[in-house]
Amino acid sequence: MKHIITINKANLKKTAAKGGCGKCQASCQSACKTSCTVANQKCEK
Amino acid sequence: MIHKYKLNGLNIVLDVNSGGVHLVDELTYDILDNVEPPFEEKCPEKVVEKLMRFYAQEDIESCYEEVKELYNDGILFSEDDYEKFAKYSVASPVKAMCLLVEQDCNLRCEYCFASTGDYGLGKRMHMDFETGKKALDFLLENSGDRENLEVDFFGGEPLMNWEVVKRLTEYGRSREKEYGKRFRFTITTNGMLLDDEKADFINREMSNVVMSIDGRKEVNDRVRKRVDGTGCYDRIMDKYKALAEKRNYENYYVRGTFTKYNLDFSKDVLHLYEQGFDQISVEPVTSEPSQSYALTERDLPAIFSEYERLANIILEHDRQGKHFNFFHFMLDLDQGPCAIKRLRGCGSGNEYVAVTPEGDIYPCHQFVGYDEYKMGNINDGTFNSEMKNDFAKAHIYSKEDCKKCWAKFYCSGGCNANNFIYTGNILTAHKLSCEIQKKRLECAIMIKAAKAAEEAEKAAE
Repeated sequence: MKHIITINKANLKKTAAKGGCGKCQASCQSACKTSCTVANQKCEK
Repeated sequence: MIHKYKLNGLNIVLDVNSGGVHLVDELTYDILDNVEPPFEEKCPEKVVEKLMRFYAQEDIESCYEEVKELYNDGILFSEDDYEKFAKYSVASPVKAMCLLVEQDCNLRCEYCFASTGDYGLGKRMHMDFETGKKALDFLLENSGDRENLEVDFFGGEPLMNWEVVKRLTEYGRSREKEYGKRFRFTITTNGMLLDDEKADFINREMSNVVMSIDGRKEVNDRVRKRVDGTGCYDRIMDKYKALAEKRNYENYYVRGTFTKYNLDFSKDVLHLYEQGFDQISVEPVTSEPSQSYALTERDLPAIFSEYERLANIILEHDRQGKHFNFFHFMLDLDQGPCAIKRLRGCGSGNEYVAVTPEGDIYPCHQFVGYDEYKMGNINDGTFNSEMKNDFAKAHIYSKEDCKKCWAKFYCSGGCNANNFIYTGNILTAHKLSCEIQKKRLECAIMIKAAKAAEEAEKAAE
């Protein structure tokens, strides 16, 4: 494309159907404890 | 829904519902103000006419084609069709626990949300082994099919109750096989009582360790004080370095808090990096707005500039092969959490609970001391499943402000405790936290976009 560079390959929608397994870390257990950012967690499936 | 912004000379477009991130030229940036689905076969004449003052017709038309293609690929202007999944957001197994093994502290940090250890309860307490054991049993029994159980030894200062930490770790390990589960122990410490024996145990048993320090000595010592009023920097820095080195600088964080006193906190992040740490978290203080160190809306411009400065420092370091990780800029655009996790948020009160030395259960460590949020007690076997359900339903579609926010799949509705403490309702977003969060996300995405742009340039050479 001439005008647009798409920088990621994943589509969040594809993760919905098979998501929610709960294996990933609880968000607050890593380093935050006071300011939640869920998107910086890893999928562990 | 899309969110577009300019930062660091880059034009960035986020497609909120697919998570698509696009780096676009000026023309695309402008055309996106003028078009939306449903798309016509050709760029509408009125759009061409409007933009022809600045761009060539041929370019406008080819740009429209690209926008349309991304729309057809489902990564631009994609629909929000997640709400149906939110309806299934019901009570889950409890898989994570913040264990307040010590409700006392050997520091008197000015800004401590736990009121220097006692959580405002007026009594300083240690958790005894039996209570801790029951808490771990609670987790084993209530975790359903979850295999990984997370237990964070927290306080106050957990090293003040070291023998119990050790015994509970050993106890947890002794039950893993029988239940087919694995404990991931972590610990959050202020470092004052760290010694070789504790560091070795932590490095052997704890899957993550969080070491509290605010950055530069003068910044740290102004607020992180001992009981006699002196600062703790000199006492802890070398201990932290030794501990991190012994675990090969893996799975740890040095974690600080920034306040109104150090709005130039990028210098603190850099200071920690210069001391040899590469996993760094420095977070905004949580406090009453009336405190002298509190962050308020007036501080937002300074905070925003500082996050931008920090993002540039990180990019510049990366270019020189000096990588370090800033927790709040961490973002994996390809393999981050699934949409379901992003709907549900941090899991407090549902998948995650905090247990006090007296065995009281709260939705998370930040709710401790608020009686109305006491969920039950480990010792008498009570557990308020109704409250658990309420927390399970605290997802982005039950939070009015979040529904329409572009950042909803990144912060996932924010911190329920912050919402409650500042607004009185876990479902009402705390605006100041939101503004700070959104800026961090813009910076984090910009870092990814800048790297992609640099790679594209290299490839074109």
